[in-house]
Amino acid sequence: MTLQENQSTLLGHFGPYGGRFVPEALIAALDELAAAHESALQDPKFQEELTQLHKTYTGRPSIITEAKRFAEYAGGARILLKREDLNHTGSHKINNVLGQALLTKRMGKKRIIAETGAGQHGVASATAAALFGLECVVYMGEADTKRQALNVARMKLLGAEVVPVTQGSKTLKDAINEAMRDWVTNVADTHYLLGTVAGPHPFPTIVRDFQRIIGVEARAQVLELTGKLPDAVLACVGGGSNAIGIFHPFIDDKAVRLIGLEAGGSGIETGKHAATISGGTPGVLHGTRSYVLQDKDGQTVESHSISAGLDYPGVGPEHAYLNDIGRAEYRAVNDDKAMYAFSLLCKTEGIIPAIETAHALAGALEVGNELGKDATILINLSGRGDKDVQTAAEYFGLAL
Amino acid sequence: MSNSLAQLFAKCKSENRAALIGYLPAGFPTQRSAKKIVKEMIAGGVDAIEIGYPYSDPVMDGPVIQAASEQALSNGAGAAEVFELLASSVQLGAPSLVMSYWSPIEKYGIEKFAKAMNDAGGSGVITPDLTIEESAAWKSVCANNKLDRVYVVAPSSSDSRLPLVTEQCSGFIYAASLMGVTGTRDSVSGNASGLVARIRKNSALPVAVGLGVSTKEQAREVAAYADGVIVGSAFIKIIQKHGAGRKGLKKVKELARELSEGVRNVK
Repeated sequence: MTLQENQSTLLGHFGPYGGRFVPEALIAALDELAAAHESALQDPKFQEELTQLHKTYTGRPSIITEAKRFAEYAGGARILLKREDLNHTGSHKINNVLGQALLTKRMGKKRIIAETGAGQHGVASATAAALFGLECVVYMGEADTKRQALNVARMKLLGAEVVPVTQGSKTLKDAINEAMRDWVTNVADTHYLLGTVAGPHPFPTIVRDFQRIIGVEARAQVLELTGKLPDAVLACVGGGSNAIGIFHPFIDDKAVRLIGLEAGGSGIETGKHAATISGGTPGVLHGTRSYVLQDKDGQTVESHSISAGLDYPGVGPEHAYLNDIGRAEYRAVNDDKAMYAFSLLCKTEGIIPAIETAHALAGALEVGNELGKDATILINLSGRGDKDVQTAAEYFGLAL
Repeated sequence: MSNSLAQLFAKCKSENRAALIGYLPAGFPTQRSAKKIVKEMIAGGVDAIEIGYPYSDPVMDGPVIQAASEQALSNGAGAAEVFELLASSVQLGAPSLVMSYWSPIEKYGIEKFAKAMNDAGGSGVITPDLTIEESAAWKSVCANNKLDRVYVVAPSSSDSRLPLVTEQCSGFIYAASLMGVTGTRDSVSGNASGLVARIRKNSALPVAVGLGVSTKEQAREVAAYADGVIVGSAFIKIIQKHGAGRKGLKKVKELARELSEGVRNVK
């Protein structure tokens, strides 16, 4: 590695993406966090503590389920589901949260703040705060507190304070703004427990490192089960944490296609979507350079998706880079296709997925038909759908 | 340093006072009213003007400037309004700068942005979320166009970090008085004087203090140790409360006059 490359890595760049675009007030905290993460990576005790937590609290390793009946609709391809929905708190978010909670302890901070869209990251953060005795404040767009009311109640039961954000579009983007403002003000005793692989360096790297366990486990599990690597690995992409978690350990396996499914909302052509890579342009948002949904003046454009967890106008910088170098591909799945796949998994496999995850399942129906019956497709089943029952019932017109 | 800013700080020094810098977002509450407000600010004694570029995700701003920015954006304010207001402020004789988050500058094109600054007669650009590590291209563009680059430093900036940032500044150094976002406060944080003292160990540039200053007494307190006092939310609050009609404009001028008395005869 040349000095220049080393310097670039230190600043958290992925090609032209990533970096830090934040008020100077936060630099000391970001440096402290990067140093804590670096030292934790080298510390066997830290790794052992996290591994034990995952074993005895998260429920890792998560299992692989073969979806044979669902596969009939996916061109007969072999469909393998990595069951992150079976983790404690119901999604992959806990992987990152426990890691960062241990880092919070290591830095001697007593308070965590978090943003949440669907509420999965907020619930996971509130859970970790309860487990470690930390004060926890979760910022959530007011619109999201309404469509994810169940998760708001869960966070409160776990002892967290939930602050509805009424500015701007009242969704995840604005929750992040408000969390950043809190952090600028209270940075001395507060850790911002960011939930996705976006934001300023070192967040995209830290969150990826804590989510890699998904791909590390899945790669070994698929090899054991099938004797070979999968032909394609699929995951939904909002900010991109579950996708980078399962993609990353496969990056050097050049024959394995990595496919991210973004939220196409009502369709990219309508402008009402959250498909940042498929329908956005390079720009700066929330402290990092990546693809962004923005207008000609650099103002962020509101995103739209039936899935609160994917309803974000930015995306992690490493995904932007993987897209540009052609190592991963990104496709948009619109609301209707996602909801069809949601219903199909419920009825063919007895698994209610999160609506976020349903975008990856819809992608699998498409990719399976393209690759045919000899292909093996690994899907990150990133979360369970209990929280989405209300939304799904409304969508399908079920009387409650 | 741009001539007009250098002259202003030299003049203030010779008058034994600090410079008073007023902030207003372009297009707030409308572009027409914004021009009138800037005029009253200057008439009341504001020495230099900071034109805010309204942005959709202003993470350094408190509720007052957030609301003003949202209003300006909903009126369609963008680059054209920023440069127009800048030019009108310069024409009134006040050295004028733009304060902008990085996204709009990058999207506009940094070369083009610098040229438009020049065309409007602007002195420099304050970039609250551009880190020095991401500044390489901006640095050369500003040098080529003789624009001042103003970075915001904070009480949390370490002794090793502080000189790295201040050596990148020209025109003046913007010192955030406290850990937090913009907005009026009952008292100016005690951190501010300590931060200014730490800056002076490494830099001979003028230091202006912002965040939380809204009254004559606070301006006086800050002017005792800083070269410039920056006031934004207090002006905006007047307009939000009284509108931009005769009453609001009169109150803006009154506040400007009080603040300008505050920054005098304090050294």
